[in-house]
Amino acid sequence: MRQSRAIDVSTGLFVLLGMTAIVFLVTQITNREFSVRSDSYRLTAQFENIGGLKAGAPVSMSGVTIGRVESIGYDMNQFKAVVTLRIDEAYDRIPNDSDASIYTAGLLGGQYVGITPGNAEDVYRDGDTVEFVQDAIVLEKLISKYLFSQAGKDKDAAPAAQE
Amino acid sequence: MGLLGEMLQNTRDFLARLGALTRFFGQVLLQSPSALLRPRLVVEQVYNTGALSLVIIMTCGLFVGMVLGLQGHDLLERFGSEEALGTGAALSLLKELGPVVTALLFAGRAGTSLASELGLMRATDQLSAMEIMAVDPMRRVVVPRFLGGAIAMPLLTAIFIAIALFGVQLVGVQFLGIDQGSFWSQMRGAVELSDVNEGLIKGVTFGIACSLIAVFEGYNAEPTAEGVGRATTRTVVISAVVTLVLDYILTALML
Repeated sequence: MRQSRAIDVSTGLFVLLGMTAIVFLVTQITNREFSVRSDSYRLTAQFENIGGLKAGAPVSMSGVTIGRVESIGYDMNQFKAVVTLRIDEAYDRIPNDSDASIYTAGLLGGQYVGITPGNAEDVYRDGDTVEFVQDAIVLEKLISKYLFSQAGKDKDAAPAAQE
Repeated sequence: MGLLGEMLQNTRDFLARLGALTRFFGQVLLQSPSALLRPRLVVEQVYNTGALSLVIIMTCGLFVGMVLGLQGHDLLERFGSEEALGTGAALSLLKELGPVVTALLFAGRAGTSLASELGLMRATDQLSAMEIMAVDPMRRVVVPRFLGGAIAMPLLTAIFIAIALFGVQLVGVQFLGIDQGSFWSQMRGAVELSDVNEGLIKGVTFGIACSLIAVFEGYNAEPTAEGVGRATTRTVVISAVVTLVLDYILTALML
């Protein structure tokens, strides 16, 4: 009897360990966060270009994650990307003239939405739309802008050199 | 003509074996609900196949993770993106290394013990004795062992992956100085829930396959000392091949 009890205990321990490992894998290394309190409110923001932003990306203020990108859609009337942000209820005093920008974390990192607080008296409520937005920076556009400005300079410089 | 005849014979043997395995699988599945009446037997087998394999799984997981950390760091250093080590290690462990290596270890540790135990029961006529006592050996012996293995394997896979990630972290962050914050945050940013699911689905599938092969080979072993040895060898070889073939099929399906 004692033998079988020892087997039970170690089996229980093994199963517990396995379950812990699964929970660890699901909660700690994926971008899914199962918060116990799911109180949050939604904001929407319309961008011309969201770059590589994905659902589940963090929404941060001064680098602190305050929410997640819930979904990304496309508005066929305005031809803009509609990004729905889910912000934790704890951060419910964001001035309603704050702006949302899409940034890239590091050189190769994923993109996230950064919110810079404004100084209005009123605050964002559930369902509000962020008015001031800044699109994702697309590397190709930057490069082509730089190249064109260089080409322009060369043209200006060329006649001067001939003289 | 002799060679051709032999090949034909071998093919026929293989098909017969595959057919017998399929029929055996059907029988085991049909009898599986009856195991719920005696959960004690299944618990004992979860202990035998799972808890007793824990030490080898954890040791191997740690070292696989540490090697992955070293190799990954060496490779990524060339591109100046050491921080991506977490992402690469987590994805490769979850999707491939974790389930496959665990299955191979499982076949070596638990599969052989199942096969030799059943083979010895067959060789010493214990299975026939049960039949005489009107105890169905399928129900009493085979099904609990199959279920125990199938339950233990996904849990072992999860433990293996978690320990291996710890190993990667140990080498990458503690020894080689990758920034801890970016290591974890890049990993979290890139790994989706579906990647974890893929690993667990593979773990379940390999668990069913390896346990089934072990109990099939053991149950149908020739009742001699040599036959038991052969059954054990076949268990490891067939489990390894089937695991890798199934891995390709599952990857192709889920990619």
